[in-house]
Amino acid sequence: MTGETKSDRELDCLGLYCPEPVFRTRQEIDKLAVGQVLEVIADDPAAEEDIKHLVKRLGHQLLELQKEKDGIHFLIKKMK
Amino acid sequence: MPEKKKLALIVHSGTLDRLFCAFTLGSTATAMDMETHLYFTFWGLNMLVKGAMEKAGLPATYKHMEEQMKDKLKEMKYPTPYEMLKRMKASGLLKIYACSPTMEMFGVKKEDLIPEVDTIAGAAAFLDLASDADITLLV
Repeated sequence: MTGETKSDRELDCLGLYCPEPVFRTRQEIDKLAVGQVLEVIADDPAAEEDIKHLVKRLGHQLLELQKEKDGIHFLIKKMK
Repeated sequence: MPEKKKLALIVHSGTLDRLFCAFTLGSTATAMDMETHLYFTFWGLNMLVKGAMEKAGLPATYKHMEEQMKDKLKEMKYPTPYEMLKRMKASGLLKIYACSPTMEMFGVKKEDLIPEVDTIAGAAAFLDLASDADITLLV
């Protein structure tokens, strides 16, 4: 868990490469209710840029992005 | 509600490297909520024949790397092209067009095609949708 924000769902994308983290993140976002938060962890070097663009394009909010030893943790809030 | 962005892609090639290129873009487009239109022609059309996509390999120049590449993709837990296509279809954002003169040229019948194909179409259909697309590519 990163920071203070609690997530409602978690998605492990460790060891997966483009387009998998993006595709699976989208599938998980679809399972959230508006206002809920998804935590994604990924270690594909492309994931930092890709997930930022995905979240922006879909109109959701990236609450946090933290680089930790095991990978990048994203907290994504579903906005609509 | 603004209209969705549209990707229109001609899939001309029937080799694994290019199928991955087309389907990686297509998968990502559907994930990003873009309408994705894939028009399969020539060697690409042949990949829509039932069972063909599973047998796709590398072109002659890179044939020696095929097994190594397939092993590595398995190790990376990468989906197969047909798995990617079915996932895109499940998003409801993918339309697949099969090129009619190519079908005649290779003796491919409608019933030979995978069930995910939406329409048999020609150049006018592609140009019409491409003229409204935000991104148009040939792979």
